[in-house]
Amino acid sequence: MLCSEFSALELSWKSMPSFDKEYFSLGHLDLLSYQNTFIHRLDPRTKIAVTFVFVLTVVSFPKYEVSGLIPFFLYPVLIFSLGDIPVRFILKKVLIVSPFAICIGIFNPFLDTITLYTLSGIHISGGWVSFFSILIKFVLTVSAALLLIATTSFPGVCYGLQRLRVPEIFVSQLLFLYRYLFVLMEETMRIVRAQAVRSFDKKGLEIRTYINLIGVLFIRTMERSERIYRAMLSRGFSGRIETFRLHSIAQADVLVLLFSLVLCYCFRRYDIIGMLDHVMKGLL
Amino acid sequence: MSHHLVELKDVYFRYPDGTETLKGISLRIVHGEAVGIVGANGAGKSTMLMHMNGYLMPSQGTVIIGDLELNKTSRKEIRKKVGLVFQNPDDQLFMPTVFDDVAFGPLNLGLSQNKVQERVASALETVGCLDLSTKPPHHLSIGQKSAVAIAAVIAMQPDILVMDEPASSLDPKSRRHLINMLKDFKHTKIIASHDLDLILDVCTRCMVLGNGRIMADGLTEDVLSNKDLLEENSLELPLSLQKM
Repeated sequence: MLCSEFSALELSWKSMPSFDKEYFSLGHLDLLSYQNTFIHRLDPRTKIAVTFVFVLTVVSFPKYEVSGLIPFFLYPVLIFSLGDIPVRFILKKVLIVSPFAICIGIFNPFLDTITLYTLSGIHISGGWVSFFSILIKFVLTVSAALLLIATTSFPGVCYGLQRLRVPEIFVSQLLFLYRYLFVLMEETMRIVRAQAVRSFDKKGLEIRTYINLIGVLFIRTMERSERIYRAMLSRGFSGRIETFRLHSIAQADVLVLLFSLVLCYCFRRYDIIGMLDHVMKGLL
Repeated sequence: MSHHLVELKDVYFRYPDGTETLKGISLRIVHGEAVGIVGANGAGKSTMLMHMNGYLMPSQGTVIIGDLELNKTSRKEIRKKVGLVFQNPDDQLFMPTVFDDVAFGPLNLGLSQNKVQERVASALETVGCLDLSTKPPHHLSIGQKSAVAIAAVIAMQPDILVMDEPASSLDPKSRRHLINMLKDFKHTKIIASHDLDLILDVCTRCMVLGNGRIMADGLTEDVLSNKDLLEENSLELPLSLQKM
């Protein structure tokens, strides 16, 4: 159901100016996190811990590892299906950041030319294998992070971090980031619109105007922060943001955590693909 | 009751850039009064309101809230007594969810968790937003945002409620809802607004501010029906009085 809603949304985005589009797409990611599925109901701490263990395990593999990483795709697949998250939406986000990973690995094939495998006559150099390994690790870790955000409300993540004893100042920074990201984007959207309706052809859209625009945004942000601080003071703020929530670790959380730890350990320790291969050959 | 008193004695205020916004304001508002403050843009309304909860300190003169004189040490106590609702609800709602935002003040007052929960629920109930409590503020409409901003302030149970342009961005229905809500509050109310009909509906007493001075102070019906006085101060008769 959500997927069809999503494609309808996507269609309507096509007709929007690009800034507005980005704004609504971010809002969409946020809305996803307010669904009510098994994954969404888990305690944020559990999800943070699982994501953390997952990412650590994935990056702990040596640089020529490819087959050992494949079983880890089970994790995103499970979250996508149990959490009712539109796959294309997340994959697009992964694609957007992919240039970073490509830049890191792109020179490996040129620098590392020792042949590691020969597949039906084609020599595959270590460079290509390690490049491929980097890409897989990238896709796994980034989608894990995005899935954490898509299945846990951002305040939930902050609350989890606070309970996991992350320093107060980082938590409050994150809370404000989340709260005012939307306000700031709206502010920017208004400025961009005001500029667009008074610009004709290419006139008024030069880099110079954008520099002014950033200046205006900066000043407005400063003024706003002043007003927000005033509002906080008038409600007795004294340096620490108190939060109130009665979450508790349920049985499901313990089970999910144990299950993920065991799976991560097994996938890291044993060559699952090799074993499958062995079993398949035995069957044949 | 003396603790609901608001008194300004010959208050002057000069911004760091040299503009003198308040030029000798003296007023006394007693318990349970509903006072409207009207005046042209830049007349000093917001500046005056910010003195009432100690965000700004007078350059000269004294501010007395309840039995406390405003100074650096009494400021904290004064903020507990005076609830200030800002013009733009986005500035006021800084926590990630409605519940957290309304709970922010009570938690800072050091109340127990149960007590906080009670306060939040009853404040949200009062403004008719109880069902929004888990929503993040950016998913709310402006009308809902300003209702929640008011809830956030009344959850602290202040003795005095101060509002700066509470209805400026509300649609007529939300505005009417706000007016009815304000009429029900038993607090001392001080409301600055350009919405003269709102002042006429809610407030019994009205002050006209002009150029940093109090130009008139009296019963709302008298002040807001004085056409000459209003026009001198860039105002006009409230719409409901224009038809008569």
